[in-house]
Amino acid sequence: MTVVLIVVIVLLLAVLGAGTMTVVRRNQLGGADRPPEPEVRDGDAPAQQLPEPSPPGEDRGTPSLDGAGSASPREPEPGTVEPGRQERAAPAGTRPRLSDRLGRAKSLLGGSLTAIRGRARVDDATFDELEEALLLADVGLPLTGRLLEDLRSRVRSGEVADNPTALLGALKADVIALFAGEDRDLRYAPESPSVWLFVGVNGVGKTTTIGKLAARESEAGRSVVVAAGDTFRAAAGDQLATWAERSGAGIVRGADGADPSSVVFDAVQHAAARGADLVLADTAGRLHTKVNLMDELRKVRRVADRPPGHVSEVLLVLDATTGQNGLVQAREFAGAVEVTGVVLTKLDGTAKGGIVCAIRSELGLPIKLVGLGEGANDLVAFDPEEFAEALFS
Amino acid sequence: MFDTLTDRFDGIFKRLRGRGRLGDAEVGEVLREIRVALLEADVSLEVVRDLIERIRARCTGAELSKSLTPAQQVIKVVNEELTATLGGETFRLTYASRPPTVVLLAGLQGAGKTTAAAALALWFKQQGRHPLLVGADLQRPAAVEQLRVLGRDVGAAVSSEGTDPVAVARKGVDEAIRVGRDVVIVDTAGRLAIDEDLMEEVRRVAAAVEPHYTFFVVDAMTGQDAVRSATAFGEALELDGVILTKIDGDARGGAALSVKHVVGKPIAFVSTGERPESFEAFHPDRMASRILGMGDVLTLIERAEREYDQVAAEKAVERLRSGRFTLEDFHDQLQQMKRMGPLQSVLGMLPGMPKEVRDAQIDDRDVARVEAIIRSMTPAERDDPSLINGSRRLRIAAGSGRSTTDVNNLLRQFKEMQKLMRSGGAMGAVARAGGRKAKKVKGGRVTPSLKDAGSLR
Repeated sequence: MTVVLIVVIVLLLAVLGAGTMTVVRRNQLGGADRPPEPEVRDGDAPAQQLPEPSPPGEDRGTPSLDGAGSASPREPEPGTVEPGRQERAAPAGTRPRLSDRLGRAKSLLGGSLTAIRGRARVDDATFDELEEALLLADVGLPLTGRLLEDLRSRVRSGEVADNPTALLGALKADVIALFAGEDRDLRYAPESPSVWLFVGVNGVGKTTTIGKLAARESEAGRSVVVAAGDTFRAAAGDQLATWAERSGAGIVRGADGADPSSVVFDAVQHAAARGADLVLADTAGRLHTKVNLMDELRKVRRVADRPPGHVSEVLLVLDATTGQNGLVQAREFAGAVEVTGVVLTKLDGTAKGGIVCAIRSELGLPIKLVGLGEGANDLVAFDPEEFAEALFS
Repeated sequence: MFDTLTDRFDGIFKRLRGRGRLGDAEVGEVLREIRVALLEADVSLEVVRDLIERIRARCTGAELSKSLTPAQQVIKVVNEELTATLGGETFRLTYASRPPTVVLLAGLQGAGKTTAAAALALWFKQQGRHPLLVGADLQRPAAVEQLRVLGRDVGAAVSSEGTDPVAVARKGVDEAIRVGRDVVIVDTAGRLAIDEDLMEEVRRVAAAVEPHYTFFVVDAMTGQDAVRSATAFGEALELDGVILTKIDGDARGGAALSVKHVVGKPIAFVSTGERPESFEAFHPDRMASRILGMGDVLTLIERAEREYDQVAAEKAVERLRSGRFTLEDFHDQLQQMKRMGPLQSVLGMLPGMPKEVRDAQIDDRDVARVEAIIRSMTPAERDDPSLINGSRRLRIAAGSGRSTTDVNNLLRQFKEMQKLMRSGGAMGAVARAGGRKAKKVKGGRVTPSLKDAGSLR
């Protein structure tokens, strides 16, 4: 227990806070009292919401089951339009490729390395430009340094030809090599139901990724149950329900503020009872620095792995715009819940997602999937060659 | 956030401290280290170059004052340049003479627009305004529902009528005029800067509602892309400021340093947590001193003013002065303090905290345990802990679900602090406890050192 620290800090604050208050008060010459307390005081107690009416015969009151395919689980919210983004996605049947999506980003960036290609010889300026390209792609200083140092010595020894095109080619090959031997397959447990757990910080696209995977796995003929384990963010369950409805997957939800572990537990039970193959478990976004929330996640994983459930994937969802903090995120989540792979989302924008290079090289985590848009088809397998190409485009 | 950047600067400055004169070579070495620190903190490459050049010019120039040591000089220059880069002046919001004041939020997917919209609504309410939230994010499933729930939580009405974002936004403003709301906050769908159609859409939303303030919402964990996106949004919309979200993580906040620089607009607000109340106006100068490890007392005081019960606070100060601060008072203070946010975040704002203390992980459940112990005592025991004998100890331990060792620890620490306060006055005690080396006080007693505390875990 950090009693000592708490005692010291409380006293510090008592003095600091209260002491300055008296000063402030005096300065105001006993003027107007404090402004009234804001009306909304305590957001800690989530409004007691009644769970959706559960079908009779449920052993627990909280989570409710919305059967797949049966009556429409929820009335569409007024004003919530069915997102028409699928029309913007690649035509059904063909999966989009990263390179297709790059055209748009390229025009905006104007190709940062055109200057390099124009040069006749390799000099320090060339390396500076490569360093810049890698840093701008969020590869990070340590790995950038290592890659370029290695490249420099290979140019010196004559292993890599002394011209910019060869240099760039060698660097791309090095980046691709980082991902060599990666096992990018998504795993199913030998016995159903398999559980795939999705973790990550806030706003990276966990719920959307699950929505896409639910569609994809259902399409592949598996029966899927999604677990709305994000009971914290308002309407996260509704968001997932919309996706589940589209893909025909079953959904298990809990009341707002319910224990996510119980929702996942019920989803696994439900999946086992129905003979479903796969449970996709959503979790609330959490910063990896919040010890208690990481503990909560550990518990979710433990509970999900309890028979009849088998956790066969723990996927860390990472936003391509993430900077150097991504490495810390990956390390912390991996340490807490044994992450089995990374999903890199929002790669269809200007962000390069170079941090996955550092994650791969430092932590050895495989990059399994890439998100390229908001449509159900816009989730594809990670392709190191396309990724490396995009990094320097 | 900013903590790791703080550590880096700490290290760099520490090495400078021993030096007599700084030649060009030394300055160059320091600048290289600052460059690494900034790049690792995701500061935009362009901004890093700019900042380094300006610091170099000033450090090698004639500007250096004779009365300061080299370290102080460099720290002073870096501080000033950081402040300038972070935005110089604090953002000021003025209300439209003809209400409603319209605020538009835009940004990438997952930046935290919807959460920020609700937080902003609460902030306006605290300023005595009556905000209306408009849910114009029709893209993401259930985004409007999320805004409705959040709106209910913060006590702000939510409007979202129609099937087209432009129409929804316009109707929202009309609705505000009709029911007499003086602030309208329009939440829009997340979009990529390169998505022409969607950028055109947000442009049309802006044209329809003519916002008085357009804020770009950006995630503090964003890397080099922050600048690219901000530039693109800045070209499409007339931005007035930036809202920086999720700064309660350990991201190093490079986005904060960069975005202002490229957009040319100040960071107006920062969100320090997932709940609507974790949201405050941004003060560039304070943030700069926090990065340099000088604490952020002003923000702390503001929070204290907002959250503290004044009468109770004055009573506590009085008791501290006279040395009659009891466990009951301690418990009261603990309650007050909890309202200011997690201990961890409060800690980061205190000046002069050694690194070990700043880094200490304080689990708020530990606080709950301390509370439980105190609550298991009778009023008489809280007033005079010396009453607590062996059997009382057992009872307290059982009542709080802790061990007697925990109870003893708390009592011993509390006693030490009480003695300290009596011997040197409250401020003295705090100053000494907060100090790096002061392990001994006048009476030769060993006081609990914060360093030891930090390494306890």
